[in-house]
Amino acid sequence: MSAKFERKRGKDSPAISTASLPDIIFILLFFFMVATVMRDSDALVTTHVPKATELTKIEKKSMVSTINIGPPVNMHRAKYGTAPRVQLNDKFAAPTDVIEFVENERLKKDERLRPYMTFALKVDKKTKMGIVTDVKQELRKAKALKIQYNAAVRTETLN
Amino acid sequence: MKTKRRSGGEFNASSMADIAFLLLIFFLMVTTIDTDKGIMRKLPPWPDPTQPPPESHIKKRDIFEIRVNARDQLLVEGEYTTIGELKEKTKEFILNNGKNPKLSISPDKAVVSIKNDRGTSYNIYLQVQNELTAAYNEIRENEAMRKHGMTMEDLPKSVQKEINSKYPMKISEAEPENIGGK
Repeated sequence: MSAKFERKRGKDSPAISTASLPDIIFILLFFFMVATVMRDSDALVTTHVPKATELTKIEKKSMVSTINIGPPVNMHRAKYGTAPRVQLNDKFAAPTDVIEFVENERLKKDERLRPYMTFALKVDKKTKMGIVTDVKQELRKAKALKIQYNAAVRTETLN
Repeated sequence: MKTKRRSGGEFNASSMADIAFLLLIFFLMVTTIDTDKGIMRKLPPWPDPTQPPPESHIKKRDIFEIRVNARDQLLVEGEYTTIGELKEKTKEFILNNGKNPKLSISPDKAVVSIKNDRGTSYNIYLQVQNELTAAYNEIRENEAMRKHGMTMEDLPKSVQKEINSKYPMKISEAEPENIGGK
């Protein structure tokens, strides 16, 4: 009897079971798979969008094309400076390139769905309105009238 | 026949976590949490240069004038206003129904006019847009509650349309000035 106890005490404590660890990681993984979308293009400009309360979600995500406006990311500062710039697809562009961008985006979509296209303006909150207005005027010229000002959810009240 | 139950050897699952971690890190790298929410707007069509500009018959009292300068200061109907007061002022203007001779005659005639500077920050511009949307949304919500005892969301589409057309959101944006410089 006593020998039995003796033997147990002498051995190392049993290894901690890590069997549930993969489960935890998988839960995290699934969360990220559901909550995120694939990055379609590298961000060349930083866009910290302003916060707002009256937001609507776009139902047809495939009908959205995004135009980014903001200061270039650190990597491109040396070359392009810190003044806000327009990013279309994967490259820097001038506001006048917006018309061509709109046409290209239109061609990608089915003809019947083209009227439902929305152009989302993802603009950094510190950007001045000048460049934003230029882009908006180009959108008007390109007959892309449905736009969305991208914003994050705000919960606190204004002063 | 009795089956012999043998305790199977425990297999080592410690590498499973590593695999899951690899997958997790992969997803962290290639995906973004997207903000696909925002304020929807419809831009006015680009004017046809061959056509003369349409004459406007809007009376001065039906225009709610908002000006934002390059220092992000708001001038609403000639008065200095903070962004927090904008919503109430807008609601007062829309729901005036001819009482105050300076404000709108009826909600469907009311037009909100925004003029900003090229130096106005995008943040304040969006806040103005947000407050205007909030004002209209609140008015429509109140109307839905008062008349039908339901929130806008619960009402059928046709009734929603009716309320929306009773309080149409008309926002006109003037070409921005460039007084404040860069």
